[in-house]
Amino acid sequence: MEEETKNKINGKKLGFWKWAIASVIFRLILIYFPQNLNLSSRPEVSTPVTSLRRLAEGYWLKQLSMSPYAGSMYHGSPLLLSVLGPLTAIKVEGQPNHLLCSLVSVIADFICALLIRATGCILQTAHGQNLKSLGLETMLEDIEIMPSGDIAALVYLWNPFTIFTCVGFNTSPVENLFVVLSLYGASAGIVPLAAFGWVIASHLSLYPVVLVIPVILLLGYCPDTPPRKLFLQRDFQKTGAERSIKNHVQERPLTNKPAEATFFWWRVILFFLWASIWIAYVLILCAISVKEYGGLPEMFKRTYGFILTVKDLSPNIGVLWYFFAEVFDFFRNFFLIVFHVNILFMILPLAIRLNHRPCFLAFVYLTISSMLKSYPSVGDSALYLGMMALFVNELAEMQFSFFLFCGYVGVSLLSPVMHNLWIWRGTGNANFYYATAMAYACFQIILVVESVSAMLNHDRKIRKQCRTMEG
Amino acid sequence: MGIRESIFLLFLILISTYESFAKEGLAEELNEEFTEGLLLRPLPDRKVLAHFHFQSSVPPTRTYGRHHHLFPKSIYQLVNKFRVREMELSFTQGRWNYESWGGYDPISSNNAKPPGVELWADFDVPLDQVDASWKNLTHALSGLFCASINFLEHSTSYSAPQWSFHSFAGKLRYGTLPREAVCTENLTPWLKLLPCRDKAGLSALMDRPSIYRGYYHSQRLHLTSDEFDAVKSNSGIMLEQTLTVVLQPSTLEARAMVSVKTLQPSWSLSSLFGRKVHGRCSVSKSSNVYVQFEQNLVSELKEMWKESEGSESGILIHDDFWTNPIFEMSASPHRVVKEVGNLQQEDSSILYEFLVEDYNDSEPFDLGLRWKLPVAWLCQQAPLRASRFLMGSGNERGAIAISLKSSGINNTQRVGCSEKGSLLSIDIFQVVPWYVKVYYHTLKVFIDGELQSTMENIENMHVSPSEDKVSPGVMEMILRLPCGVKTAALTLEFDKGFLHIDEYPPDANQGFDIPSAVVSFTDFQASIGFEDNFLNKLPILNELQERKHVICYTEVLLVPLTTPDFSMPYNVITITCTVFALYFGSLLNALRRRVGEEERLLKSKAAKKKGPLTSLLSKLFAKLTGRPVNPPETPSASPSFIDYKLIVKVILVAGMAVKLFRSSFQLN
Repeated sequence: MEEETKNKINGKKLGFWKWAIASVIFRLILIYFPQNLNLSSRPEVSTPVTSLRRLAEGYWLKQLSMSPYAGSMYHGSPLLLSVLGPLTAIKVEGQPNHLLCSLVSVIADFICALLIRATGCILQTAHGQNLKSLGLETMLEDIEIMPSGDIAALVYLWNPFTIFTCVGFNTSPVENLFVVLSLYGASAGIVPLAAFGWVIASHLSLYPVVLVIPVILLLGYCPDTPPRKLFLQRDFQKTGAERSIKNHVQERPLTNKPAEATFFWWRVILFFLWASIWIAYVLILCAISVKEYGGLPEMFKRTYGFILTVKDLSPNIGVLWYFFAEVFDFFRNFFLIVFHVNILFMILPLAIRLNHRPCFLAFVYLTISSMLKSYPSVGDSALYLGMMALFVNELAEMQFSFFLFCGYVGVSLLSPVMHNLWIWRGTGNANFYYATAMAYACFQIILVVESVSAMLNHDRKIRKQCRTMEG
Repeated sequence: MGIRESIFLLFLILISTYESFAKEGLAEELNEEFTEGLLLRPLPDRKVLAHFHFQSSVPPTRTYGRHHHLFPKSIYQLVNKFRVREMELSFTQGRWNYESWGGYDPISSNNAKPPGVELWADFDVPLDQVDASWKNLTHALSGLFCASINFLEHSTSYSAPQWSFHSFAGKLRYGTLPREAVCTENLTPWLKLLPCRDKAGLSALMDRPSIYRGYYHSQRLHLTSDEFDAVKSNSGIMLEQTLTVVLQPSTLEARAMVSVKTLQPSWSLSSLFGRKVHGRCSVSKSSNVYVQFEQNLVSELKEMWKESEGSESGILIHDDFWTNPIFEMSASPHRVVKEVGNLQQEDSSILYEFLVEDYNDSEPFDLGLRWKLPVAWLCQQAPLRASRFLMGSGNERGAIAISLKSSGINNTQRVGCSEKGSLLSIDIFQVVPWYVKVYYHTLKVFIDGELQSTMENIENMHVSPSEDKVSPGVMEMILRLPCGVKTAALTLEFDKGFLHIDEYPPDANQGFDIPSAVVSFTDFQASIGFEDNFLNKLPILNELQERKHVICYTEVLLVPLTTPDFSMPYNVITITCTVFALYFGSLLNALRRRVGEEERLLKSKAAKKKGPLTSLLSKLFAKLTGRPVNPPETPSASPSFIDYKLIVKVILVAGMAVKLFRSSFQLN
């Protein structure tokens, strides 16, 4: 029996590696023909913030000793500019122009997938321990073919969105990598790594700032658990029962249990310490690199200011561009505030309700911000869809999953068609393309709402089973 | 009354006369001056170029005071108020045809302007006040010339070239309005600046219908002032006004002679303009009319003369040269001026001078030129012919290409290209509006069709990239091309911007203009030198003799930009807000729901009162869903409630989207 299971596990592992390497090879093949695909200028793939073409322009301006932010072209971090900039300028003879940058994104994607897998493993062991401690071993039996981490990593690697993003010559694979890095660091309890990932991710694309709450929860408590109340009840019952039987038994029998409701304050404080160190480090590096071009205020204005004020009205898959192209100028500031606050408004209710599942909370935050951010791309969707696969077991009973799948496929097919009709043929209208963007936003809303309610239902189910066991 | 007194009186008279003499001498040296001139030139494509030139000048205020007799007061005030050091304003309609009207002579370099309005000005103010002065100046000129020059006030429409356009560092501003329509309401205020307006003198020829019927029309106003220079020797303010028109002579006579197709059309002032000159403007210092025969035409005429007469001697110079077998002029020229200093070529252009003051009302001046034999010649071309075009399709991105083609003339004959292996220097200045987002790193140089991998052909380059809604993109560049180059091309890729709905002009689908690029050949001087030194005093010839670079303007490009739907901002706002409300409401609802409590509430309610309506509804619901009647007890039922609501909401949004689609279809 044991040998069989071992073989099975080995087979699974081999399967994972086979598929992962296949995806990398697939990417490399696609990179070799980038001219035919012409993905780098697709609005779905590269946004004004993530486009590497704009980064190359910024690097070129910097080489001419001008500010990289001159000319409203580049809106990214100066650090990314000094790392990726030289790669855009180097041309290998006889190779596609952007080979090196694309290789960087392939590597970033692969590491990202591995980190997702590692996070999945941590989540799974935690999950198993929690259920055991609750006495719900029966729920563990219906484990599927593969561990959820492997599934998530493969979903991330083979998601067409990820592949397009990776081949599409932009910086979102790198941004995604740092987001996943911070979550991995937090769930593995490596405080400096978590702080580093969080600081860099927020520095690169601003929206991961909201991940500070899941990261704190991950560090403070352990990875995702069923509601803590259940453990308390169970502890109480156990201790009560034991007390009634044997009074001389030690007072705290469950000290070794992982799902203790204690909050590790020292870890959070350590996290903030490390985060401030990293922030100082990043700011100093930035200040050095933009010293001659207006300093840090100019950098903040050109990067975060550009993201927050939605200055570029070129079409993308979000809903804000058309809104701000059409809205009357005197309402512009009001709606800017309303739309950005919409992201912030949901942070607190979600944190209260899902505080026992910080990883899932991170997934929900990522989904919301990728839906409401000013320049969304499919790279953001790729990240949250990969994260979602971490919770296959919990979200198995999610409603409308087939409907949502069809919706995603339909939108991703219709959106380029509408874009082509509007921009290239001139026969369509801006409303056609915008309608697909609205549909996409609606599907994302349904995804968030359904996944949150499925997760809450799952918790309810566990609670019920506990109750029936007690009963 | 004695002898003494008479001597004293004599002495007084002597002194006073001496003083008056002295004064007169001084006044002659420093006085307001006005001159007028007209240059006519037959063009190879059966058209005639008429170039009016008026110049007024005033000595500096320091020595002369503020009161003027001739100089326009409005210009004087403009100069003093905004401290303009040099300014040029041109209104142009039509495009100068560099191929058939010439690209190497001073007229084309100075007076071939881009369509619409072009304005540049250099100010004598501290650097931080230049923009304010520019804004005020545009408003003043806008009022003065009845044109929308005030659109140049906004920082997106003007630029500050560093070194390529003119060599004033930092204080020069340059702006163009390619779409400005130029018509008689701009000409009338321009004529008002002349002391005789269009009542007398050469400007009386400016009959509006015949001027605006022409193929090209450019009125220019050039202003130089050194009022504010303390060091230099002051010459005051000089206002130069030129009007350049290319007219098609009415070919009624030519039609009568159907047999000779290639015969150049004969013309006279009255047939060109419909008017005659009745004398000079009485305040003008000189009033001359010139007929210019270009170098190539002269050599062609010599050839013909040689064929017909067999002797080259005395060609065109002897007494009855204006009536020869090839052509005939209706009036006898006062003088013939030959070009000098053109060492390379044996033939040089010729000017026939006519003095308008010899004529009066009874005998009006009506110069005519009649061709007897067909002549064909080519104009002198700039070393390279510059043109600009757009590449790519669709409204997302594209590329600007500037192509330079050799005009077929052996460049080695010209100055600056005498040795083999030496380089041609070409200066390119291009302004691009901000909604054309140029990627300057994609600059590619092609020479003779081959992509240059290194940037060694670019000697110097200055780029100030465009800032969204703040400033246009400016590119200045010095190219070095080998002398024997056939073609050269520059390409730059760009993305098209998307504007806010309010930023589109009323005719948004017509497209947006990219102003002309300026290409100047710094190795080549466009000037014609003349033999007589005293001719330097005549401003119109001065203009021809001024040593300036050969300059040409490229085409204005029309870029179509994508438009949003202008008709329904309300729909977009409401539907987007609905989606946001849907997100917020449904997510909050999903979070807020506590199933256990709700069940308890429902049970208690059901126990309290089970009204007839609710029971009926539940029965109906049960029938519809085909399930037995039972109150929602299972927790799995409650999320399905949420989902129904959610679906209803989604359907609502979808319905609105369909409505939006339908209305947009109707619009289309």
